Parts: sequence; C-alpha cells; structure tokens
Amino acid sequence: MSEIKDTLIPSVGIITDIRQDTSDVKTFRVNAIGPDGKPNGKLFEHMPGQCAMVSVPGVGEGMFSITSSPTNKEFMEFSIKRCGHLTTFLHQLEVGSLITVRGPYGRPFPVNETVEVQGVNLKGEDLLFIAGGIGLAPLRSVINYVKDNRADYGEVDVVYGARTVKDLVDTDDLALWKNEIEGFHVHLTIDVEEENWQEHVDNVGFVPNYVKELVAAGKISKNKKVLICGPPIMIKFTLQGLLEQGFTYEQVFTTMELRMKCAIGKCGRCNIGSKYVCKDGPVFRFDELNALTGEY
Amino acid sequence: MKKIAVSRLPELYAMITASQKLYLPVENGGKAEYKEYSEGADVALEAVNTVKSAKDFIFPQSEDLCGFKVTEKTIEVLDLKKASEPFVLFGVRACDAKSFEILDNVFLKGYLDTYYEAKRKAGTIVTHACNAPDTSCFCSTFGIDASDPAGDVTTWTTDDTLYWQANTEKGEKLTEAVSSLLEDADEKAVEAKKNEIKEITEKLPYAHLSLKGFDEYNKENLDRLFNAPEWNELSEACLGCGTCTFVCPTCQCYDIRDFKTNDGIKRFRCWDSCMFSDFTKCAHGNMRNTQMQRYRQRFMHKLYYYPDNNEGTFGCVGCGRCVAKCPQHLNIVKVIKKLGTDGGNK
Repeated sequence: MSEIKDTLIPSVGIITDIRQDTSDVKTFRVNAIGPDGKPNGKLFEHMPGQCAMVSVPGVGEGMFSITSSPTNKEFMEFSIKRCGHLTTFLHQLEVGSLITVRGPYGRPFPVNETVEVQGVNLKGEDLLFIAGGIGLAPLRSVINYVKDNRADYGEVDVVYGARTVKDLVDTDDLALWKNEIEGFHVHLTIDVEEENWQEHVDNVGFVPNYVKELVAAGKISKNKKVLICGPPIMIKFTLQGLLEQGFTYEQVFTTMELRMKCAIGKCGRCNIGSKYVCKDGPVFRFDELNALTGEY
Repeated sequence: MKKIAVSRLPELYAMITASQKLYLPVENGGKAEYKEYSEGADVALEAVNTVKSAKDFIFPQSEDLCGFKVTEKTIEVLDLKKASEPFVLFGVRACDAKSFEILDNVFLKGYLDTYYEAKRKAGTIVTHACNAPDTSCFCSTFGIDASDPAGDVTTWTTDDTLYWQANTEKGEKLTEAVSSLLEDADEKAVEAKKNEIKEITEKLPYAHLSLKGFDEYNKENLDRLFNAPEWNELSEACLGCGTCTFVCPTCQCYDIRDFKTNDGIKRFRCWDSCMFSDFTKCAHGNMRNTQMQRYRQRFMHKLYYYPDNNEGTFGCVGCGRCVAKCPQHLNIVKVIKKLGTDGGNK
C-alpha cells in the first residue's frame, strides 16, 4: 500500500559552524555524527527546495528549508531567523551543540527531469530568482545547484532585496555569484536609502518595483522561468508586476511555508485546500496555487 | 452464519479475554464508553454509539513517538513504539467501522504510519448492526448500511440470540477460537432483522440528506463552496471548543509535543483540532485567524478536500456524535443543507 515508512523519529546532528548573517538570522552548518562522536558527513541527501524538521528535544520541532545545495557533499545548512520559541532557542546554541533532524521532505524545485512540476523542468531555461529578506534561504540551494551544474542552465538573474544593507543574507554567495560566475547577474536593493548604499547595493526601493524596472529596461528578458520567495506581500506585488509585463502564471514557481508538525501530510494543518504544503509542496507553480483556495 | 444465546455472551467475552484483550461498550453513568472487558462488566451492546468513537484503539488520543536522553555531549534517541498485542474491538457500529477505512487512507497511504499500522493489524473488529438507530444518525447518507456493517466479524441480535458472521481471515480466526460456544444458524432471522433495521433508518429525520454540490471537484465548485457567505452565519455561534473533533471518528489531525520527565524527554503525539485558534499559528502569522475560517476548514475537509484526495469518499460517516454533542447545536448536517446545491434534500 505504501512505499515510504514514516520518519517521525529523527537523527542526531551536530552543529559544526554558525554564521551570524544579520541581527536576527543565523546560518547553522549541520553534520551527522560518526561512531567516534565526531562530525561525519551529511545526515541525508536532498534536492533544492526540500525541507527538514529540525528540533531541539524538549523545546520543539519546526520545518526549515535546507539552504545548502545538494552539490555540497560535506555538510547541510539551515538559515534560521529568530522569531519564535524554537528559533530563539536555536540561536542560543553553539558550535558542537547537538540537535535532531529528520527529512528530507516535500517536492523540490524542478531542477531536472527527475523532479518535474506539471511535467516540466528548468534545464536549459533562463532563470530569474527573486527573493526578499530571509526568502533567499530556500532559493540559495537552487542558485548554488545551478552554479554547480552551470552548463545545464541559461542566463541567471538574481534580484534580492532586504530592509537595510545589514539585513542582506548570504553576502559571500551574492558576491561570488556577481563577480565570478559567468552568465550570473545579481541585482541588489534595499527598502530605504542609507549612507553609502551605493557601495553595497544597486538600488533603493522595494523588490516588486525594482523587478518591474529591470524588466521594463530590458535588463531581464520575459521568457525566463521565475523562482520567487519572500514575504507574502512582496510575492503578491511582484507577481502582479510580472503578469502586467507579460509573464504567465506557468512561468513562476514559489515555495510556501505554513505551520507543520508531522511533515508527511497527516497532522492536518498545512493544507491549502486539498493540497498539503509539506508533501504536495512546498514548491508550487502559480497556476497550481490558483487552483486552490488561496488560504495561505 | 453462527449464533449464541444473548444470555451466554459473558461466556463468549470471557473466552475471548483468555487469549487477548477485549474492548466493548460499557455502561458508564447513562452513557456507553469503550472499556476493557472484565468479569461482571455492564456491557452496553445495544447502546447506540459510545460517547467517544472507536478510533482511540488504533489512533490513541495520546501516544509516545520517541524519547531522548540528553547529556551535555550526547543525545540518545529512544524508540518508544510499543509492540501491539492482539485485541478485539467488539460491538463497533457500521459508522465507526467505516471510519477505520477513512483513517487508513490517511495513515497507510504515501508515508506509512507504522504506529497506526501496528494497531490496525493487531485489532480484530467485531461490528454490530444497530437495532435502534438514533434520530441524530445519518450514516446512510454516506452509503453506509447500519443493518449490515463491515468488519472482521459482523453480529446481529434479536431478542434472545446473537448472530455471528465472519468476513475476513482475522474474523475466521476469532470464530475458531470461540467455536465451542457458537452453534450453526441459518440466515433467516438475520435477513428479517436487516429489513427491520432498514425500515427504521428509512424513517430517520436525516435519512434523505443529499450530498449534491459536494460531488464535483473543480475550481468552480471549490470557489462556490469556499466563498459561500453562508459560512459566517453557520459558524457564528461556534465556541471553538473542539468537542466535535474529539468525538469524531474520522478526525485525524494531531499535534506533536515534547514532555520533560524525570527520566529524559518524551516526544508524543496527541489529537489536535483545526477548531483551535493556535492550530495554524506560526511565527509569521496565522492563515486561519477567525473562527469562521477554522469552521470552514473542518467541514470543507470532510466534504470537499478529503473526497478530492480519496476518489470521492467523504470524510464523514454520519455517526451523529457532533450533532448530539455540540454545545451550540452546530453540525455538519446544517452545513450540507445550507451549501448543498439541492438544499440537502433528495
């Protein structure tokens, strides 16, 4: 009747690095533990866009996007914003602390023929990544996957915005994509003007407007496949702008985040209509979302 | 077909208990509840419906998943899954028997829930035809026949005799174990009984409830139902107490929590309710902020989302518990009548 045994029991992982990205975002590097108690490779393999349930026993468990690319064979990373009970606790942990992880869960971005969405995948396509704030975390996995399989994909644009320069995450990656990867174009923006902003970003203004301007100026072509993640309001207005400029729902993919407990489509809370974000998503194409209730 | 005198049922119960646990409806202050059988128990076999459904035995209200022993340098994960010992669930109604199939679709499809599976395999379900279906019953709406329930064994009672029909391998096994008490019987009395029950169910107030309007799964119908202004009126009095969920045989939502004990940390799951305000609350907000949205979720799940995902099988069995127990007299029947395209009437 069934192929996959339930995975409610987690494995133990060790935090091997912590990077403070912004005042409230940290990126945790996690490894499996070998028989000698030392870090030993990855806990499991995943595809870009998939998630894992990360837990501190006794505190709680939550679904987080795996921000590292599957092409990274050494470790797994989670970028986590401090905003609730569990994440506050996670932010207090140190290198060497132990956590538990189970996964991977969910439908990944359709990066190749093994993980298609609606019968299509992104191989050979020109790509436009649009992210706001911590929304870069799930896309970072895909962008680095594309970087490491460069020959499989066309021109890549990354439009990324945050409130201030200090709120931009993954600045090392952003610099790498911008300066060292052929065919990668990075466009950074911040919400409000600040001193010396030109040294750090390309634009001041909200992401939806910036995307519109870039497309209108012909800097981003309209035949790109779009992958978008960020605050719901940013997604809403960016999508509106894209549609006005001739993009279609079928061109745009996003990844959703709702409260989850089981991550396997049984605990009943992350549904949007008949679909469960944990197992049918988190990646959706917009025409798929349009067929649902809009309750997210 | 086998039979046994009703007066000898305590002997039957005792014989089953000799090899495995037996749970059956027991009288408890004017209400029937599933309890483990012990000698002299006041068995309420004919009581129409227990307060809580039979799902407790395969999907318990609370259940340990795993444990953690945490030291400064280590976390040990302990498997707390208990071995499921064989048990018999006796006197299950047609509605509750059907609810197991509905839960199977959730727990055994896709990711296999081994906690559920173990209990499901360990249990032998002995169902019992309803001699006197209640006015709150509407199982026939969902194609369930109260006079001929599914199950490993089906039983019927006349005034003085219980008739016994094994339907599955498990049922045959149980029949064999108690065969010294059973006599052969013909089907005449049972056929008469079935007709008698059918006549009663035909006259129940909700006997002709229609599900028209909940049988098409497309965007147009989804929008019609989801955006119906009637939800406001239907849900206005809802207290969000969750009683409907906890008595429901098909509600399967659960929470996972950690509990610190003197001996480490236990991770358990327990029933949860989509009627509760924090059910979908997360750090970035709550997608179902109002009681109307939560109320709509519960009924849309049973009447649209679940059937949409399960070839048209509805997520309700018409047991009538929510009809009888809601303190505000809200229930799924009112939803069907308001939002069905023929007003819920055949």
